[in-house]
Amino acid sequence: MIKISAKNVDVFYGKKQALFNINLDIEENQVTALIGPSGCGKSTFLRCLNRMNDVIDICKVQGEIVINDFNINDKGCDVVRLREKIGMVFQKPNPFPKTLYENISYGPTIHGMAQSKQEMDEIVETSLKKAALWEEVKDRLHEPGTGLSGGQQQRLCIARAISVQPEVILMDEPCSALDPIATAQIEELIDELKKEHTIIIVTHSMAQAARVSQRTGFFHLGELIEHGSTDKIFKNPDNTKTQDYITGRFG
Amino acid sequence: MNKNKEKLLAKRYSSEKRFQFLGKSAIFMALLFLAIFIFKIFSTGYTAFQKTWLIVPVNFDAETMYLDANPSKEDLEEADYFEISLQSMFNLDKNANEKQQNELKKMVSYFFEREIKQELINDPSLLGKTKDVYITASDDLDQVFKGNYPRDLPENQRRVTDYQLKIFDQLVEQGKVESKFNLSFFTYPDSREAELAGIASSFMGSIFSILVCLAIAFPVAVLAAIYLEEFAPKNRFTDFIEVNINNLAAVPSIVFGLLGLGILLAVFQLPRSTPLVGGITLSLMTLPTIIIACRASLKAVPPSIREAALAMGASRMQTTMHHTVPLSMPGTLSGTIIGLAQALGETAPLILIGMVAFVNTIPGSPMDPAASLPVQIYIWAESAERGFVEKVSACIMVLLGFLIVMNLFAQIIRHKFEKKWS
Repeated sequence: MIKISAKNVDVFYGKKQALFNINLDIEENQVTALIGPSGCGKSTFLRCLNRMNDVIDICKVQGEIVINDFNINDKGCDVVRLREKIGMVFQKPNPFPKTLYENISYGPTIHGMAQSKQEMDEIVETSLKKAALWEEVKDRLHEPGTGLSGGQQQRLCIARAISVQPEVILMDEPCSALDPIATAQIEELIDELKKEHTIIIVTHSMAQAARVSQRTGFFHLGELIEHGSTDKIFKNPDNTKTQDYITGRFG
Repeated sequence: MNKNKEKLLAKRYSSEKRFQFLGKSAIFMALLFLAIFIFKIFSTGYTAFQKTWLIVPVNFDAETMYLDANPSKEDLEEADYFEISLQSMFNLDKNANEKQQNELKKMVSYFFEREIKQELINDPSLLGKTKDVYITASDDLDQVFKGNYPRDLPENQRRVTDYQLKIFDQLVEQGKVESKFNLSFFTYPDSREAELAGIASSFMGSIFSILVCLAIAFPVAVLAAIYLEEFAPKNRFTDFIEVNINNLAAVPSIVFGLLGLGILLAVFQLPRSTPLVGGITLSLMTLPTIIIACRASLKAVPPSIREAALAMGASRMQTTMHHTVPLSMPGTLSGTIIGLAQALGETAPLILIGMVAFVNTIPGSPMDPAASLPVQIYIWAESAERGFVEKVSACIMVLLGFLIVMNLFAQIIRHKFEKKWS
């Protein structure tokens, strides 16, 4: 089933066009990887999906992005509610400089999802369990989140993102600042999370894309060159550019 | 070729040594000047914390004070102390002629009558007895006792007469002159008499001015900074505002004084010489300092924190109020304290709005006339009496102490509460 459907999306930074006529459908409860060389626009496209590009003054997005039959680029779209449904994990772990508990409880608090302290405790516990962090931190929930290791911080950020039960989780190179062991943990986690969430992950590592994703889109110079099942893209791509990138001839 | 290379290397080393030498000597010079300055202030100022007292036997004679044997408290308050006070001074030299008696009277502060009165009110049983009372010496004798007054000048160039010196030396010999901690320097308001002048009025004036300044400048500056940094669109107009705020920080303080004079006093008819007007004027000066500090610390909050909050579905307002502003507070607060410390040391604008007036009452609210510490320094530095010289230095010491405490506080806030970004 198709969860997100982007139609004719163009993005401009001032006068410079960063994305050209992107058309891409994202399948529900699958992991879609976006790959491509630096500066190809894959992160820009990811940020279109929860309207994070709004933060950048000069950035202008055109075209339709339909999620649950609703075009999020419409004027009537409420970004606060959109971002409640579409969580995001960033390249560098960015926990709030507060306690672990406050990091997780922040989202549910501002969206009014817990009626009591007990409910909030439950949300915190389930979120941390889903992010495979509970066992490591259950005794120090009231210590600062910035005291964790890089990999733990990133899992904390994932726990924070899933605390508001988003339908979609966007991940912008979530492992690029992590060591191989932490990366493996996160990848395992992604596999687990796709049962309940639709995941879109931008990655530099083709190996990672091949490992975690079911579908892959290849971006180059602001265009979506090719997309399809990960198997097909990696084994038998239609486009020669994709072929060249996959085999390491450029990028 | 090789030789040339070695020459070049030697040149590079020597130029580095020269540079280090210049840098070290610059630091040495700066420290030297600071040391001289501090030494000068302390060596002239420390004596102001001591005050000279004459111990004079006073006969609390009921008849002379027109009191009956068992006076009530009101009677004691209203009794005539002048005669017994005068008499006890004259008794220092029973053979004094009229001119000499007048000189005897001038050996103590004109407050002596009140000091004697206080003694009796504290202990009414003294009535009819004779007791040694501590009486504040005149500022000239105070300086003589502290060794600040040259005795070898011809008599007509001195404010202390030979006769006064003779009596004073006799008293010193009898152990009737004592130097004690000068509490009145901190508890008395300004006075024309150096021995009675204190910093209470100017200290309270400074405190009230700073509080008014803080109450106005802090909220306005923080709101302005938050709006400019977090909400305002980045365009030419906001650039223009930013440039002007930076310019405002460089405007000479006397200009703000003129503004206070022309607008607050002339147009709004606020009471002159008051910490209220002083504080408002100082807040205009402090405003840009706080705005700049607050914006700098807002800028220092990593954008990733804002993105994290926004991506969780926080509105811009929530992102700012829950995350950015609390994280920027240590920097903002220490900037505010530095700004207030600047305002505390400001003299020119306060002179213009009339806080230079002679105030011999301690202000109880920002609406009462008052001086401020730096203006008090200015007033005393202008006074001719030798007794004020040490007061100037002492007042500078108090002001510097105040500033050091404030800056220390700013440092502590910054180090204690600032979050470290990993």
